[in-house]
Amino acid sequence: MSDEPATLGENVIAQGPERRINMIEAINEALDIMLTRDPDVVIMGEDVGYFGGVFRATAGLQAKHGKNRVFDTPISECGIIGAAVGMGAYGLRPVPEIQFADYIYPGLDQLISEAARLRYRSAGDYIAPLTVRSPFGGGIFGGQTHSQSPEALFTHVAGLKTVIPATPYDAKGLLIAAIEDNDPVIFFEPKRIYNGPFTGFYDKPVEPWKRHPDSVVPEGYYRIPLGKARHVREGDALTVLAYGTMVHVAQAVCEAKGVDADILDLRTLVPLDIKSIEASVEKTGRVLIVHEATRTSGFGAELSALVTERCFYHLEAPVERVTGFDTPYPHSLEWAYFPGPVRIGEAIDKLLSE
Amino acid sequence: MADTAKPADTNRPALALHVPEPKYRPGDTADFSHIDIGTAGAQARPDESVHPSQIPDLAYGLVRVLGDDNQAHGAWNPRLSPDTLRQMLGHMALVRAFDERMFRGQRQGKTSFYMKCTGEEATSIAPAMALASDDMVFPSYRQQGILIARGYPLLEMINQIYSNRADKLKGRQLPIMYSSREHSFFSISGNLATQCPQAVGWAMASAIKGDSRIAATWVGEGSTAEGDFHAACTFAAVYNAPVILNVVNNQWAISSFSGFAGGERTTFAARGLGYGIAALRVDGNDALACYAAAEWAANRARGNHGPTLIEYFTYRAEGHSTSDDPSGYRSAQEREEWPLGDPINRLKNHLIAIGEWDEERQAAMDLECAGRIKATTKEAEKNGILGHGLHHPFHTMFEDVYEDLPWHLEEQAEQAIRERITKFGTERPFG
Ligand SMILES: Cc1ncc(C[n+]2csc(CCOP(=O)(O)OP(=O)(O)O)c2C)c(N)n1
Ligand SMILES: [Mg+2]
Repeated sequence: MSDEPATLGENVIAQGPERRINMIEAINEALDIMLTRDPDVVIMGEDVGYFGGVFRATAGLQAKHGKNRVFDTPISECGIIGAAVGMGAYGLRPVPEIQFADYIYPGLDQLISEAARLRYRSAGDYIAPLTVRSPFGGGIFGGQTHSQSPEALFTHVAGLKTVIPATPYDAKGLLIAAIEDNDPVIFFEPKRIYNGPFTGFYDKPVEPWKRHPDSVVPEGYYRIPLGKARHVREGDALTVLAYGTMVHVAQAVCEAKGVDADILDLRTLVPLDIKSIEASVEKTGRVLIVHEATRTSGFGAELSALVTERCFYHLEAPVERVTGFDTPYPHSLEWAYFPGPVRIGEAIDKLLSE
Repeated sequence: MADTAKPADTNRPALALHVPEPKYRPGDTADFSHIDIGTAGAQARPDESVHPSQIPDLAYGLVRVLGDDNQAHGAWNPRLSPDTLRQMLGHMALVRAFDERMFRGQRQGKTSFYMKCTGEEATSIAPAMALASDDMVFPSYRQQGILIARGYPLLEMINQIYSNRADKLKGRQLPIMYSSREHSFFSISGNLATQCPQAVGWAMASAIKGDSRIAATWVGEGSTAEGDFHAACTFAAVYNAPVILNVVNNQWAISSFSGFAGGERTTFAARGLGYGIAALRVDGNDALACYAAAEWAANRARGNHGPTLIEYFTYRAEGHSTSDDPSGYRSAQEREEWPLGDPINRLKNHLIAIGEWDEERQAAMDLECAGRIKATTKEAEKNGILGHGLHHPFHTMFEDVYEDLPWHLEEQAEQAIRERITKFGTERPFG
């Protein structure tokens, strides 16, 4: 892919007239482009057709591409993913939407036992080139069934790729790459930042995307390779490993505290950009991992283990993990649950004092 | 990959995908004359011990009692006393007024979310009244009518909706996801159709123990597409479980019409027949028919004759929830054109027709409902509204994850309280 930009920022702005869009628009655009470029791409899910999805991610796509390409489904996540596996076996490239990540569980057998292992068990005879899009994460007072971050359930499954964008620019490029990928990809969209880069300071108004540099999104096709982290900020004091909403929260806290952090937005959890992680940890010697998901057996545990195994002699302090608590996502105490600025600040202080 | 497609074989026709499409979209003139609603009183009422295969007509027709003349007709007339009818009307009016008020409360920022059951009041209230108060119910999120019919305090409902410090569910659940063991009302899940096999399991347990209580569950027509619903049907049939599977067919599942759950091909009641479950299709806006069907199914279950699937044919008169605007996907006219009318009006008109009610009493009742709700809302607000600091203590967030608090949750609870003090200088800034 010659038109792959390696990094974000200046070179992208230089590509065309500046245009700023939010994350939903970026996702919608990626879907539109792929429906146009590849006649095998189909989009299906609950309320994605005429209505355009409960978050509007598929708005206008059925009208433009027709009901054979973009259609509503029965409320059966098992059916949605199972049918996507079958369509993939035919040769289509389905992009099913699961309305909320919290509702993906009825489809897990089809994902874990089928999609993830199809290539392996058939020795490449069949593949499951699906991209399962789903909004995830909390911060919208959605209670325990509209707030979960179940990414670790999927990173644990051999054969699945897990991708989580944190900006409109990345959402578009990563989604295109995910759709073109021949393996099943779980594409989790942090719904808290659909409309603006939420920084965790819930008592302050949220900035819209248009003030953020990564809302500048080129109009046409481009892809961001899976498995490559994004360097959000270069620094020497400590390494921050984050993804999704928490990239913005961690960045805001580092800025507020004046910490010279080296911040990596992982973007793809599996396959992981281990090289960028190692390079950063070797430079800083201190590591802060931030995710919104529950702590025990969360993806942070994997990151911590990898850093310890591979960079142990560079570490100057024990690895710190900041996460959601090990409880279901509460409704009224949402902000006490959320791994916000205070929790992150405390961990940074601890890391820097060692 | 398109090259995997076989070249068109001239001897075989090209296949075509059918994607259902509702009859009317925004701006269209809705016309429901194609819906065959039959005649009130026309349906036979078989004995409760009947074999499911003997009553296919009841799965495809419509059990109706209240006719256009506002009188009760036929064998399904449950012959309720005027007092019971007035009580039923009162519950329905209360639920509607409550929904109005809570919806408005959400718009005013008092809570995060609300769901009305407008137009569907009869489908929860009438069956709840037909069941014994200790029969176990496994509802979906749209059966607030059951709680009202069972006398659950409005104050507790509002406390839950506000997620405040008096909320019995400790602010953990999204508004309207009630739970009350005391009222034999199972904890509501946000995950669709999970309650169906659970209801069957409860009924099986009751049978295992030689109990006399039965179970009932409610599920939306859209949610019958979930595997859980079909697992429930299979288990119910296999064990002849004393359970009632209520399918509330309100025509819509958010923006998807019933065709996306198979409604273009057959009725939802007919699903039961395939499993060997007795099935009734009922006018869901006719409180008497709803009552009669539930009573029949309860008798059947209690007599060890097995499960019943009831489809309540009704219409979701309002949006799916506070998060949705139905004018984006369906004709605004549908509600007025719905051929089965409004359940409250129909019951009211029946009571008037039999000389047991009048408009003055109706107006007084509406006023009384509104006043009661207003006063209770005020009372609940003393306990706080969402996001204004009056919530359960932080430690409660960590309780009930397990029976006992393991070390890691204890540590996390300490951390949560420490964070609070860092942020506000005190653990309880709002007292
Ligand atoms: C497993 C699962 N998938 C999807 C959802 C999202 N969702 C919530 S309500 C709803 C529509 C349900 O429609 P229906 O069953 O007809 O019930 P109604 O809202 O009409 O009462 C959907 C898709 C969910 N809550 N759970
Ligand atoms: Mg429905």
